Amino acid sequence: MIAASTEVLSFPILSALVILPLVGAIVVSLLGKTRPEWMKLAAMTSSVATGAFSLWLLGEFKTGEAGFQFVSQHVWISQWGISWHLGVDGISLFLVVLTGILFPLVIVGIDPHHNETSYFAWMLLLQAGVMGSFLALDLFLFFVMFEIVLVPMYFLIGGWGYDQRVYAAMKFFLYTMTGSAFMLVGIIATVSLARRDLGIVTFDLIKIAEGANFSTNAARWLFVSFAIAFAVKVPLFPFHTWLPDAHTQAPTGGSVILAGVLLKMGTYGFLRFGIYLFPEAAMWARPTLFTLAVIGIIYGAIAATMQRDLKRLVAYSSVAHLGFIVLGTFALSSQAVTGAVMQMVNHGVSTGALFLLVGMIYERRHTREIAELRGIQHVAPIFAGVFTVVMLSSIGLPGLNGFVGEFLILIGSFGAARWWTVVATVGVVLAALYLLWAYQRVFHGEPDEANASFKEITAKEGMLMAVFVAIIVFTGIYPKPMLERIEPSVNSFIEHVEGKTK
Amino acid sequence: MNDISTFVGPKIEWLAISPLLTLLAGALVLLLAGSLTSHWPYRLYAITAGMTSAVAIGLSIYLWRDVTTNGPRLLIDGALALDQLALLSSIAVIVAVLLVSFITSDYLSREESDLPEIYALYLTSAVGALVMIAANDLIVLFLGLETLSLSLYLLAASNRKQTSSQEAGLKYFILGGFASAFFLYGVALTYGVTGTTRLVNLDLVLNTYIAVPRNDAILLIGIGMILVGFAFKVSLVPFQMWTPDVYQGAPTPTTGFMASVGKIAAIVALVRVFVVAFPSRSDDWGTVVLVLSGLTLVVGSVVAIVQTNIKRMLAYSSISHAGFILVGLEAASHRDSVNAGDGLIAVVVYVVLYAALVVGTFGVVTVVARDSSADATSLDAFKGLAKNQPLLGLVMTVFLLAQAGMPLTSGFVAKFGVIQSAVAVGSYQLAVIAMVCAVIAAFVYLRIMVSMWLADSPSPEKVAVPALSRIAIGVALAITLVIGFLPSLILDITSNLTQLASK
Repeated sequence: MIAASTEVLSFPILSALVILPLVGAIVVSLLGKTRPEWMKLAAMTSSVATGAFSLWLLGEFKTGEAGFQFVSQHVWISQWGISWHLGVDGISLFLVVLTGILFPLVIVGIDPHHNETSYFAWMLLLQAGVMGSFLALDLFLFFVMFEIVLVPMYFLIGGWGYDQRVYAAMKFFLYTMTGSAFMLVGIIATVSLARRDLGIVTFDLIKIAEGANFSTNAARWLFVSFAIAFAVKVPLFPFHTWLPDAHTQAPTGGSVILAGVLLKMGTYGFLRFGIYLFPEAAMWARPTLFTLAVIGIIYGAIAATMQRDLKRLVAYSSVAHLGFIVLGTFALSSQAVTGAVMQMVNHGVSTGALFLLVGMIYERRHTREIAELRGIQHVAPIFAGVFTVVMLSSIGLPGLNGFVGEFLILIGSFGAARWWTVVATVGVVLAALYLLWAYQRVFHGEPDEANASFKEITAKEGMLMAVFVAIIVFTGIYPKPMLERIEPSVNSFIEHVEGKTK
Repeated sequence: MNDISTFVGPKIEWLAISPLLTLLAGALVLLLAGSLTSHWPYRLYAITAGMTSAVAIGLSIYLWRDVTTNGPRLLIDGALALDQLALLSSIAVIVAVLLVSFITSDYLSREESDLPEIYALYLTSAVGALVMIAANDLIVLFLGLETLSLSLYLLAASNRKQTSSQEAGLKYFILGGFASAFFLYGVALTYGVTGTTRLVNLDLVLNTYIAVPRNDAILLIGIGMILVGFAFKVSLVPFQMWTPDVYQGAPTPTTGFMASVGKIAAIVALVRVFVVAFPSRSDDWGTVVLVLSGLTLVVGSVVAIVQTNIKRMLAYSSISHAGFILVGLEAASHRDSVNAGDGLIAVVVYVVLYAALVVGTFGVVTVVARDSSADATSLDAFKGLAKNQPLLGLVMTVFLLAQAGMPLTSGFVAKFGVIQSAVAVGSYQLAVIAMVCAVIAAFVYLRIMVSMWLADSPSPEKVAVPALSRIAIGVALAITLVIGFLPSLILDITSNLTQLASK
């Protein structure tokens, strides 16, 4: 037994999670011309294998341990103190698993319609970048991964999106790159200031967070430089304007990944880097971030209510949901942060599923206008049923996954941010309003001529959605396995923050 | 008064200047043999130039090992410096000559005018560049500058069929003449105050000045004029006016040559003069460099956005890159900081990596633009390129992403080094300006990428990529990616770069 466990640890599973999709991308682009029939197989194999590795990781993960596990560290650029340093803890574990599961589902389940080779290659490259961002424990490595993600996403939106795709792709790229421009200066400044305390140049996150003592003023500036990058990525109001465009114009697969995992790089970044490195500055910035988060919740909900395009509606609902996550993150109580981490995953699952369903509607009707759709419940009852479950999860109905996260966030935040929480609660009601109203308009009533031939969910689509529904229901009814893996890491994180801010 | 009969010439280490002599010999062979014989077949002109460069690279590498073991030293009675800074930049210059010669050969064959002069001019400009890079004396530096510039004027005007090329040559010549005049006047004023033109001695004299305070006005005007002369050559705002016109009008491979060789030589000479000769006045020129850098970054990136011709876009992007490089020089001006040396290293790393990048980029532009008319290099020429030829499109995309400073490319390594050096000495404001301008500049590269990947090509006709161009573009791509993934390679080489020759 002991021998077996050391054998498992000696396998660099985290590096494999990053490198496997990368290798897949290269193989896919090489096979594309000569052996197109094997190309799709290669794409599926590498993404499914990555998914399998991430599940294996979930199985091997030691419950109850707070620190980083499966750590892998190799010197990369010795002159600058940079290493290939990966590790996973309760905060990143489920995001890694989500990334592992979501990508194969998208790659297997959604047909790009044209230029398959480049589509799959970009997808796999994206997976490698996202995995790397969630696993990196080196500031430089994190930045590299955080930034490199832009390129595949840009091409996915620009190449396979809808009418306004070029505009949306460009806007996405430039907004996010502007954010990271500040972060790069911040990272370098962090390292350069930490050098005085540590005596060496290192980009190692843990060494800097535990060893460096930044002056109050410097830490605040540095926190702001990180916060700008993450606020754009999340996106927080008022940096959110790229999101509705990118989401709406991206192909279905792109939207699923964007909502599912890409936005989480922002909220995760706040936790892992912003707050962990500069706890005092995070406390200082709290009121501002609470306010922006709550504005996002209310504004996102109202904007979603007003949308005529179903996909845009889901996009604005993301702004609202991520507002909750930011609220929970900065409440910095054990419950709220646990809830926030959980909600990152939940939002990925339910919004990802919603985008898939909207994509299916578009495939059938070639429109996403709510006014054009009517009475689908009559002709496609199973489809409507799946949509209902996913929608209720997004609303946060008790018994489904969205409730657990949102509930934890709200009770956890009440102590630290009472009035903000009260206002945020209104957002829960609004979520019910815009989603149910949309459901009513799209699915209820008598189908007109165009909607009468709406095709029922196919077997392939059904299997795809079954995975999502299973996760939604399981987490909703039995969240304990998830919570007991997240909580120890969150508790030690909160201890670190409290220790540094006393 | 020196009597001519008692004059003893300085001792010359012939081996130490052998790369320079090799290039000169290559140029003479090409010119003489080329004009006496009938047309050489099989791209032999380019291959001769390439062989010459290869020998010069080999000699430089030999000298590199010599300097690493024996330390840097001055040559020819202090006229030239032999140190790692000079050798690394020289190697970069000669590699650029080699790659550009290959691209040029394909270009000239297509134009049906493959003649030896162009290659000879490449080699003579490289000679000028090598002198500039190694010069430890303002007058010697001026000789190098003129050798380089005169060759470049001719190269810019070398396409006799195009009036725009001649216009470019004339414009470059007139403005370049102004720049040289400024530079020379600056040298004269500096000499007037200090009585020497040797860089090392200048520092000594100026340091004793601090003990005996005197009016610095004439000296500062002199330094300022030298800076203006360089600013023209490096195309810093507000002295950048000639750049877009000349870049657009000159034959495309020549533009790549100017952007790589010309930039390396001017930047390295600029850095050497200011770091070696004028560190005592760094508070004064540091501020000026800060302002020039900020202006260059902002104007270069913003104006690039509205261009429709790809060569003009790349011209403005090269201006913006020059601004980036100056960020490193500004860092080097904080001489009381322990990290000031990082600035020097960052500048050299940046300019060397940028040279490889820009040769590759212009290589692709040369291949894609079917002729040298303005239409052929408009952005429309790139429409649908990646759809027709995914590999060529991908290669160009890598170059563009590298110029935008995306991680895992050499462009990021270059930018990172510069920003790091700026932050280490506390120039946060300049670092932030530079990064924001990098985003603005990224918009330009994205526009080219959009044309390549997302627009449809007006003609399904594929562009041919001849063998020599393939090699050149391939080498540039390899440098861009290998350094991107393993920056340690170049950081190892440059770690002792700050040990400049002083005696």
